[in-house]
Amino acid sequence: MNWDWNVVDDFMPRFWDGVLVTLQAMAVGTLIAFALGLVWALAQRSGHAWVRWPVVAVTEFIRNTPLLVQLFFLFYVVPNFGPSMSPLTTGIVGLGLHYSTYTAEVYRAGIDGVPAGQWEAATALSLSRGRTWRAVILPQAIRRVVPPLGNYVVAMLKDSPMIATIGAFDMLGEAQAFSNETFTTEALTVVGVAFIAIAYPASLLIRALERRLVR
Amino acid sequence: MMTSEFFTTWFLPGVWVTVQVTVYAAVLGAAVSFGIGLARGSQIWIVRFLAGAYFEVFRGMSALVLMFWMFFALPLFGWQLVPMWAGVSALALTYGAYGSEIVRGSLAAVTPAQKEAGIALNFTRAQRLRLIELPQAWPDMVPPFNNLLIELLKGTALVSVITVADMTFAGNLLRLGTNETTPVYTLLLVLYFVLAFLITRGMRLLERRAKAGVGQRPEQDGGTTRKLGARGESLQAGSQSAGGIG
Repeated sequence: MNWDWNVVDDFMPRFWDGVLVTLQAMAVGTLIAFALGLVWALAQRSGHAWVRWPVVAVTEFIRNTPLLVQLFFLFYVVPNFGPSMSPLTTGIVGLGLHYSTYTAEVYRAGIDGVPAGQWEAATALSLSRGRTWRAVILPQAIRRVVPPLGNYVVAMLKDSPMIATIGAFDMLGEAQAFSNETFTTEALTVVGVAFIAIAYPASLLIRALERRLVR
Repeated sequence: MMTSEFFTTWFLPGVWVTVQVTVYAAVLGAAVSFGIGLARGSQIWIVRFLAGAYFEVFRGMSALVLMFWMFFALPLFGWQLVPMWAGVSALALTYGAYGSEIVRGSLAAVTPAQKEAGIALNFTRAQRLRLIELPQAWPDMVPPFNNLLIELLKGTALVSVITVADMTFAGNLLRLGTNETTPVYTLLLVLYFVLAFLITRGMRLLERRAKAGVGQRPEQDGGTTRKLGARGESLQAGSQSAGGIG
């Protein structure tokens, strides 16, 4: 084995480009997943069967198929019908959409966890439907859902390299391109270590958050 | 257009490769799960520490990056894996880390009194594990392991990027050859969904059997009599096998 620090040095500028793309994908993907997940969760509780069933079917389908194939689908199929997006945008939308079906489940569990008495109290005070959600249910559900949501942020970080397969140059994409050009493997190792270096502190943070919120 | 010939020469073998990768990775991943999961409960601190380190590293690692690393960087250390096994081992190492948490967690959830009963009976650590703790933790393990299996099935799509001719690889090839993107990727998504659905159905049977096997399991907050009853049973089971050993 021959490890060459000069190769690592050469890779560094591109590494930071990749880190930026990875973090961008994670951040925007998280926003989409969190927002859309709440929409799914609320729609799944709808009183109208024609709202509930399509949403359940679509989320189940997305949850049970691989993110990688979904990315291919978004990148190669969707432009035939609708807007054509850049690889990075496609990747971010794919990540967000895929994980929104997981976060929907988290929200659902969080909402179900709010004691029935709280609903009854809201009814007794004759609060409107909107106020019941905004002032009573959601604030209590949030506390329960933060830790599992945090876990999905880390999961999204780890799945973000998949966007390299549709040509978005994240950490892995940069490392792969660099390795191909220079016939070296140091870049891939650096990226592997970088994932642990980001994910481990993040999971410690979530654990700390969990201890504070869930008592 | 998607000809039937292409379907039989590429797609069907691709489905078979996906199934194979899933099965191999599931078996190896389960072995890793139990190995690491048990080691994390070890009384020897260095074993516990190493197993914990394994868990943190492989849970924090992206499966795709690990796969690339095993395929492209491992030969640097003089170890060349064929694509399929590079893929399978990367998946098994990743999912083994998640599985070890399931094993550790469900063993930790066994009531302390059950472990103490084993100690009182002078069982060795291995006997306690085999006769008391694992049988009681098993029903708790099955449902999360089923989830993990679905995750694993979806994860196998990654092997296509290191040139393993699985379903996804066949789909990409077909797209390149025909430009018929819509039917190809739609079919691919449906196939994965069907496989996942079949796994869920099959595993539900296993789940029901695992639950049926522990009818007399003490409730976490159950009455004293039930607990005594359950303890009496494990005493009985224990004395039988202890007699066998003696």
